Amino acid sequence: MPGSGLIGSRIRERRTMVAMRQADLARKVGISASYLNLIEHNRRRIGGKLLLDIAAVLGVEPVHLSEGAEAALVATLREASAAQPTAGAEVETADEFAGRFPGWARLVADQNARIGRLEQAVEALTDRLAHDPHLAASLHEVLSTVTAIHSSASILVETREIEPEWRDRFHRNIHEDSARLAEGAQRLVDELDAGQRREVTLNSPQDEVDAFLDAAGHSFPALEAGGRPEEVLAEVDFGTTAARALARDRVGRIATDAARLPLERLAEALDALPEDAAGREGPDPTVLAEHLGVSPGLVMRRLVALPDDLQDRLLPAAPGLVIADASGTLLYRREAAGFSLPRYGAACPLWPLFAAFTRPMFPIRQRLRLAGRSEGTFLTHAVAEPDQALRADADPGLRAHMLIWPADHDEEEPPRVGVTCRICPRETCASRREPSIMARGA
Amino acid sequence: MDRTVLLIEDEPNIIEAIGFILSRDGWRVATHSNGVDAVGAIETRKPDLVILDVMLPGRSGFDILRDLRAGAGTADLPVLMLTARGQAQDREMAAALGASRFMAKPFSNAEVLEAANALVRP
Repeated sequence: MPGSGLIGSRIRERRTMVAMRQADLARKVGISASYLNLIEHNRRRIGGKLLLDIAAVLGVEPVHLSEGAEAALVATLREASAAQPTAGAEVETADEFAGRFPGWARLVADQNARIGRLEQAVEALTDRLAHDPHLAASLHEVLSTVTAIHSSASILVETREIEPEWRDRFHRNIHEDSARLAEGAQRLVDELDAGQRREVTLNSPQDEVDAFLDAAGHSFPALEAGGRPEEVLAEVDFGTTAARALARDRVGRIATDAARLPLERLAEALDALPEDAAGREGPDPTVLAEHLGVSPGLVMRRLVALPDDLQDRLLPAAPGLVIADASGTLLYRREAAGFSLPRYGAACPLWPLFAAFTRPMFPIRQRLRLAGRSEGTFLTHAVAEPDQALRADADPGLRAHMLIWPADHDEEEPPRVGVTCRICPRETCASRREPSIMARGA
Repeated sequence: MDRTVLLIEDEPNIIEAIGFILSRDGWRVATHSNGVDAVGAIETRKPDLVILDVMLPGRSGFDILRDLRAGAGTADLPVLMLTARGQAQDREMAAALGASRFMAKPFSNAEVLEAANALVRP
């Protein structure tokens, strides 16, 4: 083990490596060249601030000088061995290994670091599978088709004396399914290819802020208590300044809303709703808005900010909310169970959210069915409201809100809308703008 | 007495294949392919075993399972869940809701037969 007595040698070695003269280093740290010479020959002890200064000038971690690169290497080797205990690496001989075979030891250490990075990348990709609806839909399609083919083929091979009608039928099924599989596999490949390009959007500021809001459940006790947005954001580490600025805007809006409609008032209004209105269906935000003397949009935004305990007590289900600007871009999204919101690209043009733009301030109440595997029914309330103060000749910055309540199935068939064209199974849709990746709907 | 199974699945070719191997194995097979009225179909047919896909049109298999476990007559009914997403969270969800067994697609015919016969002994 390198002892502390060798600090001087390491300083000398590092200084030579960066081609700095002894006199220059001495001057930069404010000591005489002869004193530095004594240090470098291990004839004077060194520590504290002088060591920190020298390390800074030489551009290395102080620990690198005080304990040597070898110590760091040995620590990494121990880490690597702990990560894979079954390999049975002789931990007690780690420093002997690093000393006798420094090159091999560095290889093990570097590979350990690389495995760590790869594991992170795999985790990110796994996450993508769970959160990328396009990829999940393609994969689901492929797996189902594979299952059908596998099952039919096994029957043909394993069943003795199968009737000709059955045999023909299974042959035909395999033929059909294999065509579907070929198509589905191609789509999956396209999806995976597109993944490369999508990495950028995966980490977009908007995604980062959405993830932050989702993690907080869209509810910030500090803001409800009159706190400033900075208090909420102080502890959060955003990847980019754009994400931080976006988060500042979103959280600032939540704070303003909280001041305009405190949760206690909203809770009172919800409590005061007549039994049938507060029953199994989600409450009508326009009724609440009239009662409270505020706009329906504000009520919608506040309903999704209710903390879990109040939501459980006062609402029949957790509502979803989307807010779009006049370009149709989704600025705010909170999913209701079963009503997934598009993560990439634009939403379905049939959503009442967009109809709301045609008559600003005119609230729309519409029940709808979401096309897709689950075909859930939802009750939506949409309204477009100005975001800015109204001034002559100035754009009011209309923002459409759509509140989404999970609803019971109805006798009447509500209109069927999608999430986004790419994953929508609606076969004949005049509003379709791109082909679906769902094999049967394509 | 033949054992009866109700296969609730929306892929027609999977229905045909699984239906075929189960009936060859001596089961009486009925099928149903949407989620909305699946609980009603189970209550009417009273099968010995239900094979239930998670992703159904109209209603999720998880919701159906939840209703079955809450129903007096179906609380102990053997239910084999099928899913095309073998994700751990689906498996946990199925276990939490009381699925008797869970199987991820793609599965083999032998696995389905083994599971069915283990859940309802001949």
